[in-house]
Amino acid sequence: MIINQYIVLILMYIGINIILATSLNLINGYMGEFSVGHAGFMLTGAYVSSLITVLLVPDQLLIWAFPLAIIAGGLAAALLGLIVAIPSFKTRGDYLAIVTFAFNMIVKSAVENIDTVGGARGFLGMDRLTNPFWVIFWTIICLYVIRNFVYSKFGRGALAIRSDETVAELMSVNTREVKIWAFVISSFFAGVAGGLLAHLIQYISPSMFDIVKSTDILVMVYLGGVASLAGSILGATIFTVLLEILRPLQMWRMVIMPLILIFLMLYRPKGIMGLKEFIYFIPRRERL
Amino acid sequence: MIYFCQQLLNALQLGSLYALIALGYTMVYGILTMINFAHGDFFMIGAFVCFLLVTFFQLPFVPILLLSMLGVSLLGVTVERIAYRPLRQAPRLSAIITALGVGIFLENLTLAISPYPKYVPEVLPNIIWNIYGVTFSLLQSLTIGLAIILMLILNYIVQNTSIGIAMRAVSWDKNIVPLMGVSVNRIISITFALGSALGGAAGVMYALAYPMIDPYMGVMVGWKAFIGAVIGGIGDIRGAMLGGIILGAVEIFSTSILPSSYRDFVSFSLLLLLLLVRPQGIFGRARSEKL
Amino acid sequence: MKSRLLFCLLLGCLLLTSCANNNPGSTVKIGLIAELTGSIPSVGASCKNAAELAVKQINTSGGIELNGKKYKIDLILIDSAAKPDQAAAAAQRLITQDNVNLIIGPNCSSNALPASEIAEDAKVVLITPWSTNPKTTYNAKTSTPKKYVFRACFTDVFEGHVLAKFARENLKVTNAAILYDIASDVLKSQAELFKKSFTDRGGKIVAMETYTTSDKDFSAQFTKIKMKKPDIIFLPSYYTEVPLQVKQAHRLGIKVPFLGSDAWSTEELIKMCGRDVEGFFLCNHYSPNSTNPITHSFVTLYQQNYQQIPDDIAALTYDSFGLAVRALQDANSIERTAIRDSLAKISSFEGVTGNIQFNGQTGDPIKGAVILQIANGKFNWYADEQP
Repeated sequence: MIINQYIVLILMYIGINIILATSLNLINGYMGEFSVGHAGFMLTGAYVSSLITVLLVPDQLLIWAFPLAIIAGGLAAALLGLIVAIPSFKTRGDYLAIVTFAFNMIVKSAVENIDTVGGARGFLGMDRLTNPFWVIFWTIICLYVIRNFVYSKFGRGALAIRSDETVAELMSVNTREVKIWAFVISSFFAGVAGGLLAHLIQYISPSMFDIVKSTDILVMVYLGGVASLAGSILGATIFTVLLEILRPLQMWRMVIMPLILIFLMLYRPKGIMGLKEFIYFIPRRERL
Repeated sequence: MIYFCQQLLNALQLGSLYALIALGYTMVYGILTMINFAHGDFFMIGAFVCFLLVTFFQLPFVPILLLSMLGVSLLGVTVERIAYRPLRQAPRLSAIITALGVGIFLENLTLAISPYPKYVPEVLPNIIWNIYGVTFSLLQSLTIGLAIILMLILNYIVQNTSIGIAMRAVSWDKNIVPLMGVSVNRIISITFALGSALGGAAGVMYALAYPMIDPYMGVMVGWKAFIGAVIGGIGDIRGAMLGGIILGAVEIFSTSILPSSYRDFVSFSLLLLLLLVRPQGIFGRARSEKL
Repeated sequence: MKSRLLFCLLLGCLLLTSCANNNPGSTVKIGLIAELTGSIPSVGASCKNAAELAVKQINTSGGIELNGKKYKIDLILIDSAAKPDQAAAAAQRLITQDNVNLIIGPNCSSNALPASEIAEDAKVVLITPWSTNPKTTYNAKTSTPKKYVFRACFTDVFEGHVLAKFARENLKVTNAAILYDIASDVLKSQAELFKKSFTDRGGKIVAMETYTTSDKDFSAQFTKIKMKKPDIIFLPSYYTEVPLQVKQAHRLGIKVPFLGSDAWSTEELIKMCGRDVEGFFLCNHYSPNSTNPITHSFVTLYQQNYQQIPDDIAALTYDSFGLAVRALQDANSIERTAIRDSLAKISSFEGVTGNIQFNGQTGDPIKGAVILQIANGKFNWYADEQP
């Protein structure tokens, strides 16, 4: 068994994608909303954490400051998530799609116009601080937090909103609070993923976080299965691995992916593991 | 003054393109309450069909336009039949994701078949007129004119023909219509055919105006046109036309005042503002939920 | 449940089997990162063609002789799709999985930058044939030149001087307008360097308009430019954007000439623009109809193999390989640091694109440029500019 750096790189990509898919799954899967701007949160996290490590932290402290920078990136993204949560109180479905899409574009365009961070030309200079340890660490934290959220009494409200928002409100679910928390947690982890990615490729530019990236994350979620942590893991893994393995096929690999998606939607609309869960993720009291 | 008029013309041309695509979105949404996310890619296919016709068959303008519209129509009807019809009873989200999948599929299929951006040779003679310092080109006038004509034709069909009445009926209540002796499937197919044809026409005009086409050209344009349709009031034909032109105007005028990199920022911020103030759009009907 | 586990296991096995298997034997592994797909495929195609030609030439003559042994070149090609993150991943893969001895490419600066960072960190020589952006060979963090990154072409600083000098002295224009891509490092810096050189020589920039990559509509910007009445418009765009821009300008009634950068140099551009670019000037790395014997034999060989006149990317790639071979021979080893040291010391290399010289301090060579004019549907040599 040869573990060479290329494989390690792919595994790290998978980890980052798992964080992305799981965090989006919280909003789109568990809560049944339709948010298409997830890459905007990634962008925020990537830029904030990169700015911190490149501009603020002296070299000697970098290794210690890295987790803090990532957290800062996540918090910045969470702040944005808070802002996006507000329109979601009134709008659903298509309109939320527009709002989140517009938000993605606005964030991207805003950064493109800030010349001090390189604008549209991108930002360089990060050290390669992301290593398998941190990726695994954050992936586990992300899964842990989200899993605990959805199985908690409070977080159960998300599933209720998914089924029927008005009824949920009547059943004393504080929909506003649940939505806020869901968006904040989701965007926090998207920001974390962005920060990890930035310190892996050592180069970020706004065009890496546009609607195409958001769409990729959407595919991961719906492929793997909505409202299912194992589904997100599966979706992220399949997406990343398939992309790499099918590399010799070049263009045709991206033709197969959407076909799988369409096929799934027709015959298994909730995704491969939709609404089902890997048995060890479900808390003991729930397992039947 | 001349400057303003010139920019206004530019805005009308761009806006007409957005309007044509927006019309397609609005028609499908009006009937099925479904956002056909693949519509932007139908537009792209229209541009590619135009490219094929020009390069391999050297046809003149009018046949190219008609054939492309026909081609994209057929595509739209086929996609509806295969991918959307089975999901008509399914939750809306599945249909939307399927639409997304169809879009990605079309993009990448085109990319696989034609990896390089393609150049569309000129079809229209490069005639320009100069009136009081404002320069008109044949292409600009045709684009604007075509959009207006197509919108009028569409409006006529929807308001004054029996098919139009059926379409409006389906948009009010899909389930009652079969009781009136109308085949819902047929109406929906016709709607898709019309909407996609408009998208195809937009694709042709776009390819002629901006002759470098690539498989991903439909993504941004599609989303923007969709937003234009929403601004105007989704489900309303006049709304789509107006919304498309407004979006075109916002883009052109923000580029003329600010550096072009602010364009998206301004457009989308304005859009959000508009949605906050009037979520149903300019001509849209306000929806309220009953408990 | 069981089938899912099996599925995941299968994926894992597939992953492991795609591990690299090192190729023993006397070969020199050279990685090539080219933009084969994506927005500028013509650039990637030229690069690939020239690279394969160079490798074929060397290998059929037995290979490079080092320490008495003959080494063949093993060319490993990865497509960067003109995307920076893919270029970076490609560099990473070449270095760690394929264990190359040196890398040639990427071509466009937005790709070359991230790839060069990775090569510099890993201490692997990277020669970019076409990236003219000054930042590619410069380490922004330590404010010193990079040690392992070299280029076969001149930089934008030189190009800006050449173009500005040509515009002022030969074309004798005073007012210029610039339209450039604000989202592209190389184009933005080219525009700024041109502006500086032009104004230093007494010219005036009356309009400096911007667009963003993959924009299609420039009518607003050209309308503004038209109002300011420039004598010439500097347009450093890539060959896929120039046709759109020039045509739209003409449709708006703009009649002044355009001035191009080395990004214009592909045949495709003339094919797409047709009469719209007739008579325009641009700066380039070499002229295909030069009388220099080395250039001439390369052009003939390329034409024989690919039925096309080689563009500057092809010429520069070919020279990059020449430089690499020379470095290998001077070092007499395939060890990465040795290659670097001998490359930096090359004091005179006669290439297709002229004489190339490195001064040991930076990876930027000292070499000249040419001014080409598009006449009768072809690129024609117009003037030479030496540093």
